[in-house]
Amino acid sequence: MGGYGDVQCIDENGIRLDGRTKDEVRPVSIETGVVPVADGSARIRWGLNDCIAAVYGPMEAHPRKIQRQDRAVLDVRYNMAPFSTTDRIRPGFNRRSREISKVTAEALESVVLTELYPRSKIRVEIEIICAEAGTRCAGITAASVALAHAGIPMTDMVVSVASGKVHDIVVCDLNKEEDNYGEADLPMGILPNTGELVFLQMDGDLSPDQFQEAWDYNMEAAKVIHEEMVRALKGGGE
Amino acid sequence: MKGGSVARLDNMSGDNGAGGPRRSRQAPLLVAPGDDLGDSGEYEAGHGVLAINGRLRALKQGRMNNRGGTVSIEPRRTSYVPRPSDLVIGYIEGCTSNIWFVDIGAPFNAILPMSLGPSKAEFGGIRKVLDIGDAILCRVQEVEENHSSVVTMKGMGLRAIRAGTVEEIDPHLLGRLIGRGGNNLRQLKEETECRVVAGDNGRVWLDGDLDGIINARDRLNALLTEAKIEEFGGEV
Repeated sequence: MGGYGDVQCIDENGIRLDGRTKDEVRPVSIETGVVPVADGSARIRWGLNDCIAAVYGPMEAHPRKIQRQDRAVLDVRYNMAPFSTTDRIRPGFNRRSREISKVTAEALESVVLTELYPRSKIRVEIEIICAEAGTRCAGITAASVALAHAGIPMTDMVVSVASGKVHDIVVCDLNKEEDNYGEADLPMGILPNTGELVFLQMDGDLSPDQFQEAWDYNMEAAKVIHEEMVRALKGGGE
Repeated sequence: MKGGSVARLDNMSGDNGAGGPRRSRQAPLLVAPGDDLGDSGEYEAGHGVLAINGRLRALKQGRMNNRGGTVSIEPRRTSYVPRPSDLVIGYIEGCTSNIWFVDIGAPFNAILPMSLGPSKAEFGGIRKVLDIGDAILCRVQEVEENHSSVVTMKGMGLRAIRAGTVEEIDPHLLGRLIGRGGNNLRQLKEETECRVVAGDNGRVWLDGDLDGIINARDRLNALLTEAKIEEFGGEV
């Protein structure tokens, strides 16, 4: 959340750098079955973001100390490829990827019926191939589709999307410049069929009105993305 | 980005193209996890369906069926969950002095105690009977609440598999492989002159001469491709 510099992210007519209006979502496309050896997989292209999620399991949880006698555990690993951004990312886990892995697992655990697979582990691998902004949202959304593709029983799919504030204007689905130079962002994980919330983070400051506006944008964007998720599952891929 | 129509029991009618509750040979009603399938009042929740607050909710991606008032989902992918008396094909993955560990395609390996093995084995010498990597035809004897299972090789036809090949298919497609009254399976056996044993865990043992096995394998793949296309409403 920079706020520094003199980057004009939105013009006087409300048109953003990439030509979108403030309530518009970047183009989203999803395909399933992109990793044939996995039990389920999905690829999401969301603006310039490109993310692959693969699901393996349920399988025996190793090491045994992570086993839970009454449910399965979700072992989520979020990783950004070294070439995914203009600055090379040092390979391996870091504090950010650990945090995102944790919040992703917690968001997905609220929909997956883990109690059907005691002592098991469901492995979810999320790899960001190309990053623009909102990679955690792309990761959660792709992981949701991959879990559904793997036939893991779940009460709903999680759609994640982030809105934020740029030059005191609330905009939907931030792009890279807005993410870097904006004043706030609000990623949310939404269950589209019930409108419930399973994940929420906020970086920066939003007034109650701005928060409500960002919330509404996210809810509307979730419907658009959910349609694409359903389309991918019902018709696309192997 | 138009999504497919959401299958709901209470919005199905001739007017919207759904044609009422499904009969066979109609276009499949595909669902995704979380889809609302209608009021649970008159219907019972079957496989892949959960009743939440009086509404039926899909838990899996697949095809919705409504048979005898029970709404269920034929999933597109499944993992095998063992049940007692299932006939399964497993691979020996490891052993101790008196127990074999068998990979039956479930989340957990099953155990095969020495006493339930194919022949008499000496304590500490069980690898002489079944070694790691061997394929076996066995039956699930017991499944515990925590998904541990015990398999047995005591029973008619249960044996170590020493010839032929083992193919794998998704367990939910076994019904299509076997067919009504076992017709498809019988036809496959007759036309390829192969021994075909379909395990409940989706592993199929094909045994015969090489041409027969290749033929049977091709037919198996063709049948499954056809089933997958049919499931999702394409042309076969």
